[in-house]
Amino acid sequence: MTDTAHQVLLIARRSLVRTARQPGTWIPPLAFPLILMAVNSNGLRAATHLPGFPTKSFLAFFVPFSFMQGALFASGIAGTDLARDIDSGFLNRLALTPVRGSALLLGQIGGVLGLGAVQAVIYLSVALAFGVHIDAGAGGAILILVLALGAAAGFGTLGLWIALRTGSAEGVQSMFPLLFFLLLVSSMNLPRNLIEVAWFRDIATANPVSYMIEALRSLVIEGWNLEALALGFGVTIGLTGVSLLLASRQLRVRMART
Amino acid sequence: MSARDQGIVVEGLARAFKEIRAVEGIDLEISPGEIYGFLGPNGAGKSTTVHMLTTLLPPTGGRATVAGFDVVADGPKVRARIGAALQETALDPFLSGREHLRLQASLHGIRGAERQRLQDELLGRVGLTQAADRKVRTYSGGMKRRLDLALSLIHGPSILFLDEPTTGLDPQSRAALWQEVGRLAREEGVTVFLTTQYLEEADVLADRVGIIDHGRIVAEGTPAELKAEVGKSTVEIVPEQFADEPRLAEILARFGTETAARPGAAAVRLDGRGGLADVVRALDQENLRAAEINLHSPSLDDVFLAKTGRKLEGAEEEDDE
Repeated sequence: MTDTAHQVLLIARRSLVRTARQPGTWIPPLAFPLILMAVNSNGLRAATHLPGFPTKSFLAFFVPFSFMQGALFASGIAGTDLARDIDSGFLNRLALTPVRGSALLLGQIGGVLGLGAVQAVIYLSVALAFGVHIDAGAGGAILILVLALGAAAGFGTLGLWIALRTGSAEGVQSMFPLLFFLLLVSSMNLPRNLIEVAWFRDIATANPVSYMIEALRSLVIEGWNLEALALGFGVTIGLTGVSLLLASRQLRVRMART
Repeated sequence: MSARDQGIVVEGLARAFKEIRAVEGIDLEISPGEIYGFLGPNGAGKSTTVHMLTTLLPPTGGRATVAGFDVVADGPKVRARIGAALQETALDPFLSGREHLRLQASLHGIRGAERQRLQDELLGRVGLTQAADRKVRTYSGGMKRRLDLALSLIHGPSILFLDEPTTGLDPQSRAALWQEVGRLAREEGVTVFLTTQYLEEADVLADRVGIIDHGRIVAEGTPAELKAEVGKSTVEIVPEQFADEPRLAEILARFGTETAARPGAAAVRLDGRGGLADVVRALDQENLRAAEINLHSPSLDDVFLAKTGRKLEGAEEEDDE
């Protein structure tokens, strides 16, 4: 194993251990999407009677939202932990070792992916246990997990960038409602073609999160919709790439070692 | 020449943060194995200097070599040879002491049996063997500082930077840390750059002391040299009878120059015409009884006062006004 790969593993392991030892940070993000899944799939069940609604199960329609919500929570945890490392001087401690900046970032993202994987498997298992059928089959289920991990990596890296930019846990937490707002103005509750209010439909159409949700949703209720998948993966890769670029540049500013 | 044979050389080192000039062109030369005390109030530029010398902050002027390597051009080589316990005890509250050491050692490329041996040795040396598997959030301030020291030593550095290592510690923990730092320099030849705002710490530990104020070094030398620069000891006496004070002042005047004293007391700065024993003998001959006799030797605080016009304690508050 190369030095960098070993460093990535060390940082990722520390990130996971640290998260695992703070149940207060991971239990609510795990439970809240499940609660919302239960509430909405019952409360909004009538929406399935709308002409043109793509499925008879609102749970199947809504379950992709849980993956996105979990990814957002993971970003909050990753960002907050990094901000605390900056604030406490732990980042300086790491900067005094031969650790590479890339290993530091990838290690932190590795920690997010670990948490994201646990979340995604639990959400998917709960959905399957409550009768959701994955139209795209086992391969589709695997792709759902991959896409969910991609979303966790993308939002997680965004959280790391905000942490590096602000250097404070409060800074990261204050950005969280803004990211959550992006979820709310997406096609999370209705397909875009059924949103009657024009301005809302326009915002949902312009909102990249809609395409991430729709890619996941397509695997659950449509099977293999290549256009939806291409858009979803494209947005996810774009988000991760841009966030990684921003975070790398900010890390160089924050960790100004010679 | 090995890194252990090279100390720290600083020439005109400066750092500005926009309009604020935190460090204004300091010069230093620290020999291998020396303990150098960097003394000054909060905000004087101590930590900024440490951050530059440990490569965490690029200087805006001057140059410095640490263990023979330039801090700007050879950052990674400098970092490989130094250990640093910075002002904040930068520890993860959710990891144990042993996990911290394991992570730090692994990031330095130390693995397997060697890592295990070093972990155990350092935990024992800083007295944390029993607490090694407890999470750091359960540690006291002294334990955290000791773990911090162990972490800075895991890769066998030849130069150690300690930025106010005993701030907030109880006297017992402070003494234990002093002992270990002294041992590192004496027995292992580690060069120690120690910043402190405690005069006693610099006095007890440091071979040489540099006093920094407003980003400039205002005095440098061994503690004894610096104190000698300031002057002689002062004797202050409180007479048993208040009415004897004028006569007491006359007697004391034979031994030096009168200096400020508490109300009801008289004081003299000794000028070499006699010591404390001579003063006591003179009082006895004149049949003047003293209620209290104090001998005040010059301290580093007096040095700071003489060089800056301010007492070290409270200098920061004065600057803020």
